Amino acid sequence: MNTVIFRTVAPGLAALMIMYSIFVLLRGHNEPGGGFIGGLIGASGLAIYGIACGVTEARRALHVHPISLAGFGVFLAALSGLASLLVGMPAFTGLWWIFEVDGTEVPLSTPLIFDIGVYAVVVGSVSAIAFALEDDDEEMD
Amino acid sequence: METEGSSYDALDLPVAMIEAGSVAAGEWIVVWPVALALLGAGLLVMLRGHKALQAWFAAAIVLAITVSNLTLLVTVFENGPVALTMGGWLPPFGITFAADMTSALFALAASIATLVVLVYAQVEIEDREYGYGFFPLLLLLLCGVSGSFLTGDIFNLYVWFEVMLIASFGLLSMGGTRIQLDGTLKYGFLNLLATTFFLIAIAYTYGLTGTLNMADLVAKADDLPLGPMLTVAALFLFAFAIKAAAFPANAWLPAAYHTPKVAVSAVFGGLLTKVGAYAAIRILVMIFPEGRDMLVPAITALAVTTMVLGPLGAMAQTNLRRAVGFMVIGGIGVILGGLAIVAPADVQGMAATAVARQGLGGAVLYGFHSMLTLTAFYLVAGLIERMSGTDDIRFMGGLYLASVPLSIMFVVLVFAIAGMPPFLGFWPKLILVEGTIRAGNWVLMVALLVNSLLTLVAASRLWAHIFWRNGEEGARSEQRNTRLRVLEPREVRFGLMPVIALMALIVVFGLFPNWLFEAGGVAGLDLVMPDRYVDAVFAEVPN
Repeated sequence: MNTVIFRTVAPGLAALMIMYSIFVLLRGHNEPGGGFIGGLIGASGLAIYGIACGVTEARRALHVHPISLAGFGVFLAALSGLASLLVGMPAFTGLWWIFEVDGTEVPLSTPLIFDIGVYAVVVGSVSAIAFALEDDDEEMD
Repeated sequence: METEGSSYDALDLPVAMIEAGSVAAGEWIVVWPVALALLGAGLLVMLRGHKALQAWFAAAIVLAITVSNLTLLVTVFENGPVALTMGGWLPPFGITFAADMTSALFALAASIATLVVLVYAQVEIEDREYGYGFFPLLLLLLCGVSGSFLTGDIFNLYVWFEVMLIASFGLLSMGGTRIQLDGTLKYGFLNLLATTFFLIAIAYTYGLTGTLNMADLVAKADDLPLGPMLTVAALFLFAFAIKAAAFPANAWLPAAYHTPKVAVSAVFGGLLTKVGAYAAIRILVMIFPEGRDMLVPAITALAVTTMVLGPLGAMAQTNLRRAVGFMVIGGIGVILGGLAIVAPADVQGMAATAVARQGLGGAVLYGFHSMLTLTAFYLVAGLIERMSGTDDIRFMGGLYLASVPLSIMFVVLVFAIAGMPPFLGFWPKLILVEGTIRAGNWVLMVALLVNSLLTLVAASRLWAHIFWRNGEEGARSEQRNTRLRVLEPREVRFGLMPVIALMALIVVFGLFPNWLFEAGGVAGLDLVMPDRYVDAVFAEVPN
């Protein structure tokens, strides 16, 4: 996979995919999308980057270990479910904070935080698997 | 929507789906054991690099879960079942967490066993296993187990089974030796098979009743025609019997449970099979009682063969932890035996309820005993393996001289596991035997007594080989066993001390069993007549 074309395109493609994954994550609550599918797109972006530029480079680009990212996701998702304790509602009750910015309604909510947690779990665990598989390939070459 | 018999008849359902009142923070008590474990597991994954923090942090989390479970047990004792439905939705639409006495007892035993195992793990964990995520996986396992005990929704039960299975795959294969992978494969294959049948049964249940909320099903499953009900109940029984390692689907357990670290063996032997047994009790008895009644001959056959073949298998083993694995299987037979105790056909009404209640109370208490005792048994076995440097009982002889505390604990365990008074195992067996007499199920009664005898023979055979004999097999009696070494201070502090604490708990529970009798009675009654459980779940639904 070491062609010049692929190596030139891959970083841009990966950046685009990760941006798109965040877009899919954010539109997810009432429209198709969400943390899981967004996470898969994001992880695919990282996997492409890893194939093109090497796993070491991809790991460096991610800054944190992918498994740590997954752990953070589990933690965040669980925490979002506990937020409703503060207002005396049952666990995982969605709390909404809707405000207007420049005439546009921005709805923020605990389900969004949950979705971000799911996104982190999927990006982390899928890219950990992808990196491990790509690593093996390099060793065999 | 025409729904007769349940308590939200007169309700405008669309409104019910979006309007739920606020709840008292007290009801969160059913969520904390699961939520804390999940939060802790997530955090520990992030902290994998900090070795010093890991164990302390994990111990703090499990301690908090234990305290939370203890509070839950006290709450259930005082006020009856506790329930909380997630997301501000009303049952049966939201996912319900509900705990009655059965759930609370099992969850408490699970967290106590995990706490002890966590301390013991200090003795044998290797540096690289911090990186592999030993502690997060252990917490995730406890999360799945607690979730299974506390959930009030059958599909959610399946999800917690999966959480538990994934964590156990990780723990079982950690180390990656050939025998471990072999064990993991058998364990994984049979458990996936069981899970598939479990899912099929769930799908049938949903198709037949339109709900998977356990409290809702209590009323709706009654209206089912007998044929479908029997089918679904049989599928559930089949799935849970595999998961609980009942005969003839028990082969995966002895193949897998002796291969990983002792701490992992202990937590598996103590916790995992009991989740299958718990699920069988919860679903067959509470939701499909008529299906259970028809399945009594099948359950009796399963229970009797498992009870007899478990200890017989243990007798044939030379590998210590494999032998303990067979005793786990024998204990599962006893719990299933409690499920088969129903009143004879000529006894009706309250008298019939009392008989079934006794059997279930005994089964729940036996599960409680079995979780604590088998965890202790595996840990003691681990210490024996450490002192003798082998896992083969033929080469362990002479430990009596080398360690007094171990030999005392082992003999207590022999009596506790065989159900000899005054130890913990005796009381549930007493309740069960009395129950079989009242039910007129003589086969089961004889099997229970034979199980005690065979377990006693199997366990004292281990004691004779390991402690009584002076040296290795075939050696002259005055010849000392040179393999034996004394425990190092670290092994005493983290290995011996927690086991002694757990043994003390087992002995104290055995000597003061009154609260257990009371708890068992409540547990049995709430399973046979789940009115209080249903009321707790539907408490928020306006009539």
